[in-house]
Amino acid sequence: MAIARRLVGFNLLTAIVLGVAGWYAGWFGAHGLGTSGSLDWIPKVDYNELSVFMAYIGGVVGFLVGLGFLNYPFARLRGYPPSLREKETGGWTRYFSLCTDHKVVGIQYLWGIGLFFFIGGLNAMLIRVELLRPTHQVFPAGTYLTIVGVHGTMMMGMMSSALLGPFANYFVPILIGARRMAFPRIEALTFWLLMAAGTILTTTVFFGGFPTGWTGYPPLQTQANAGMDCYILFFALVGISMTLLGLNMLVTILTMRAPGLTWSRLPIFVWGVLTTAALMVLAAPVLVATLGMGAFDRAIQTTFFVPGGGGSNYLYENLFWIFGHPEVYILALPGFGIVLELLPVFSRKPLWGYRLAVAGLLGVTLLSWMVWQHHLFVSGINGDLRPFYMLSTELISIPTGFTFICGLMTIWRGNIRFTVPMLFCLAWFFNFLIGGLSGVFLSDVPSDVTTHGSFFSMAHFHYTIMGGLIFTFFAAIYYWVPKMTGFELNERLGKIHFWAMFILFNSTFAPLFAAGFLGQARRTVTYPLNLQGINVWVSVSAFLLGISMLVFLYNLVWSLAFKKVPAAANPWGSRSIEFQLPSPIPVHNFDRIPTFTSDPYGYGEGPVPSYLPAGAPAGRD
Amino acid sequence: MRTGAKLLVVALAIAVAGVLIGLYGWKLTYANGSPAYTLPVTMVKGHPVVDLKIQTVAAIGPTLSTNPDWVSYLVKTTRGWKRETVWNLPANATIHVTDYNFDGNSGLRNPLFGRMLGVYAGGQRNTVLLDGKPVSDIDPSTASHVFAVTGLGIVVAFQGIPDNATNQCGNAPCPMSTTHTTTQFTFHTTTPGHYRWQCFVPCAAGWIDGWGGPMQTIGYMDGFLNVA
Amino acid sequence: MAKHGHGRRFLILWVGASVIATPLVAIFVGPLLPPGNASVQAQEQVFDNTWMTSICTPIFLFVVMFVVYALINFRAPRGEALVDGPPLRHDSDIQTVWMAVTATIVIFLAGFGSYELLQNGAGGGQGPSPVAIPAGHKLDVQVIGQQWEFTYRYPGFGGFETHELVLPADTYIALHVTSLDVVHSFWAYELGVKADANPGVDNVAYVRTNGTTLFHVHCAELCGLWHGYMFSEGRVVSQAKFRAWAQQQQKLYQPIAKYLPAFSKTYLPDPQVRGG
Repeated sequence: MAIARRLVGFNLLTAIVLGVAGWYAGWFGAHGLGTSGSLDWIPKVDYNELSVFMAYIGGVVGFLVGLGFLNYPFARLRGYPPSLREKETGGWTRYFSLCTDHKVVGIQYLWGIGLFFFIGGLNAMLIRVELLRPTHQVFPAGTYLTIVGVHGTMMMGMMSSALLGPFANYFVPILIGARRMAFPRIEALTFWLLMAAGTILTTTVFFGGFPTGWTGYPPLQTQANAGMDCYILFFALVGISMTLLGLNMLVTILTMRAPGLTWSRLPIFVWGVLTTAALMVLAAPVLVATLGMGAFDRAIQTTFFVPGGGGSNYLYENLFWIFGHPEVYILALPGFGIVLELLPVFSRKPLWGYRLAVAGLLGVTLLSWMVWQHHLFVSGINGDLRPFYMLSTELISIPTGFTFICGLMTIWRGNIRFTVPMLFCLAWFFNFLIGGLSGVFLSDVPSDVTTHGSFFSMAHFHYTIMGGLIFTFFAAIYYWVPKMTGFELNERLGKIHFWAMFILFNSTFAPLFAAGFLGQARRTVTYPLNLQGINVWVSVSAFLLGISMLVFLYNLVWSLAFKKVPAAANPWGSRSIEFQLPSPIPVHNFDRIPTFTSDPYGYGEGPVPSYLPAGAPAGRD
Repeated sequence: MRTGAKLLVVALAIAVAGVLIGLYGWKLTYANGSPAYTLPVTMVKGHPVVDLKIQTVAAIGPTLSTNPDWVSYLVKTTRGWKRETVWNLPANATIHVTDYNFDGNSGLRNPLFGRMLGVYAGGQRNTVLLDGKPVSDIDPSTASHVFAVTGLGIVVAFQGIPDNATNQCGNAPCPMSTTHTTTQFTFHTTTPGHYRWQCFVPCAAGWIDGWGGPMQTIGYMDGFLNVA
Repeated sequence: MAKHGHGRRFLILWVGASVIATPLVAIFVGPLLPPGNASVQAQEQVFDNTWMTSICTPIFLFVVMFVVYALINFRAPRGEALVDGPPLRHDSDIQTVWMAVTATIVIFLAGFGSYELLQNGAGGGQGPSPVAIPAGHKLDVQVIGQQWEFTYRYPGFGGFETHELVLPADTYIALHVTSLDVVHSFWAYELGVKADANPGVDNVAYVRTNGTTLFHVHCAELCGLWHGYMFSEGRVVSQAKFRAWAQQQQKLYQPIAKYLPAFSKTYLPDPQVRGG
């Protein structure tokens, strides 16, 4: 009975129940509309697209209502006083409900994104199974396209928030000396929207999947079966989540910094978050609007992107990549921030060239808006544009290079410790270097004529995104999880995970540069027979890479649930403020709002400053 | 929570994950596919010969599909007419094909595919027998469906029944008594391999360009010839 | 070691390695780079790839050798208490040199790539109004993408349409790539040509064939179920053989010729079927 009482209320269980109810309400409601004679512009063929959209929208609304997101707005409408707190104390049930404690949201994000990362990774394994043989089919031809699409879409949508979701949510308020984020409920909303989105994408297989890959080009998008709607809704929800997440970060960092935290003392990780947030807020809405037009084309016969009705597929391609290119910097920039944040700790030296590093982040952010047509070099865009975009794309290497020199000079003449987080950061240099240099090839238009749409470009973005972002994602996990949970992660298992991942990652993706150069196209289920050797090598490496992830998972579960070795408050000897607090960090973060007198990189310049001098003001809540 | 209970939870989680992954993989392997049918082979003077009879219909009907209004191919098997479009054929064989088309004309998007290629009938190359008469092409606007195997250079267009024809077939499988056109042709298989075939008439009503739905689903207007 | 000892030592090592490796890469790896020499555009791409690989070699060596040097020489001794390193926060000289050198390399590469691009388009599709037009006579060949096969029309030979692509050797070809339905991409690998096929758009790409050869055509833009099977082989044959082939194809497709639409740069044929 007690368990039953705990289950009733606004939590994940209620959300799932109401979500399913909402799904059916939307489905049958729209079906009623579609079959009525007067609305004959809605197709009655098979899945009435309107039904699919209304069903999923109904499901998402029910899901959010079940979690309790409408409670506060309704309470305010009824005249209740404003409040900031929801369920911030109480045991493990907080993690399965709407909780406004930013630290809980951070941990929810870590597990939620982790779950969908593994689902996306599973699809990658299936892709490599199919590509073991050049002509034989393991999966039916249409299904292979869905697997490719789900892998790409899931990864791009989920990993955009891979570092901001868990780690910015958890640590940015602490790093700037605040007790909360600017909009705690919206913060929780961004997480649950992402969970709803991921669930919708995994159900695409029940509606026939989608054939367009993660870029969703029309007119194929307009032509596709009902599964395409799952893709559209997934990205729409992800776009909304990203916009709100970026907004929250921006406002928090801009307005809630503690006394003494000037811009030149801000930790570089927070600069990375700030620039990423700016990109999210400006780019993600473009995606939502574009997909909205695509949804209208599919459901109610508009022709934004269909040439036969006066539209143009170029409109979609340009709008998509105006989002898409900043999107890849949304993926890369937090990684830069993590690397530059961790290198000083493990080299025992200040961050070298702080202003140069910030300039690099800002330069990448600004230039990322001016390069998008390099995805369209051979699409038939006006030839005049190509030299310009070649120049702008080459120019973006300059601010990226600033991150490299700052990182390299930070470790120079330091006292380097090879801890697991440091190993992942060092690997970033190698991986992102290869990713960046291959980008130089792709930005050269003549070379791009052969490599566009081939496995070369696929290897390039896997080196930058997986080699860059995912490696820094693991660096952040090994660095901060002892702080977040109060328990250590096993170092030996961490090193095994790192070496396996580093070697196997390179073994998987380096040969793909050759495969692309030799003519293997992306997203195709057949390839020339002479490339089978390369593909078999890559597939076997990929399977082993997947297994190395299980080593990490084992470490995580074993160390946090079974072994439970208590972690020191400052296991790495960091000067940063979050490590001057106990592990795990208390709900209210600080007893008193801290005062900052320097940046956290003063290694070799004296003792760690006291962030909490006596007599400091209590500060606002 | 005690260690034993924690281990149980972890084991359960692994089991549930394993089941879900297995279900996902199973669903994917069988989604959007079609079972393969091995056609009976007769030996004529030591040379394999196959008699392949197919139907092309306007609406597959509820008994053979969850999409009853989709156009489709059917193949005559020892179990009757089945909606299976993956056919196992012997290599270095002669394949005699007869198609009964019960569908009206949709017209070819690219008229080029109205010209027969890679097959022979009545002793002539690039010819088929349409209702018994040898033709090398049909008026593309009267095309109903196409059987094209790009890997073997085969293009055959099936003519549609007139719009005002009486006694039109409803749902598949269609009885021979309903109005239909008959196309007969022969081709040879040589190298073993996996050859895909498709229709080139935009006959998927309701999808943009007429090329969605059944036109992009194996088991309806697309399939494979597995030559072994 | 003296304050700049490490820096000098590293620079010597790096310059030495680059001076040895870069020419080796340029001379031995360069010619192996794809896509080959079946066309002038393909040769230009090999040239670009060789230059870029050669420039990337010292850059790659710099970062990798730097990190390895640092990890070997500046490792914290095991077991000792944490000792801080020197509080170095910036060096104006290094920052200036880095910014200048990276900017120079990058702008050089942009200019370098533009050079070939503006000569003749480098084999890439330039849209309906190309800006980089090679001089001289060009044979027009239209590539029509449709789900899921490329067909080809030759306007100079009566506008006949065929299923296979045959081109004459030593000739400049203007490929007009268009689509009848969704977006495809015409990729002739050995010829170094790629141009997206968009419905309602004439995407022009120029290629100048060299000798006779076989080449592989593959669709390079996701176009639906059979995208992965949308491949074929094309041939470059002697000019005499090409004319003979064209005449033979005209005869073969004679019965269907009267039904083909007049040759046009784009086609948007019916049906644009939508409603159920």
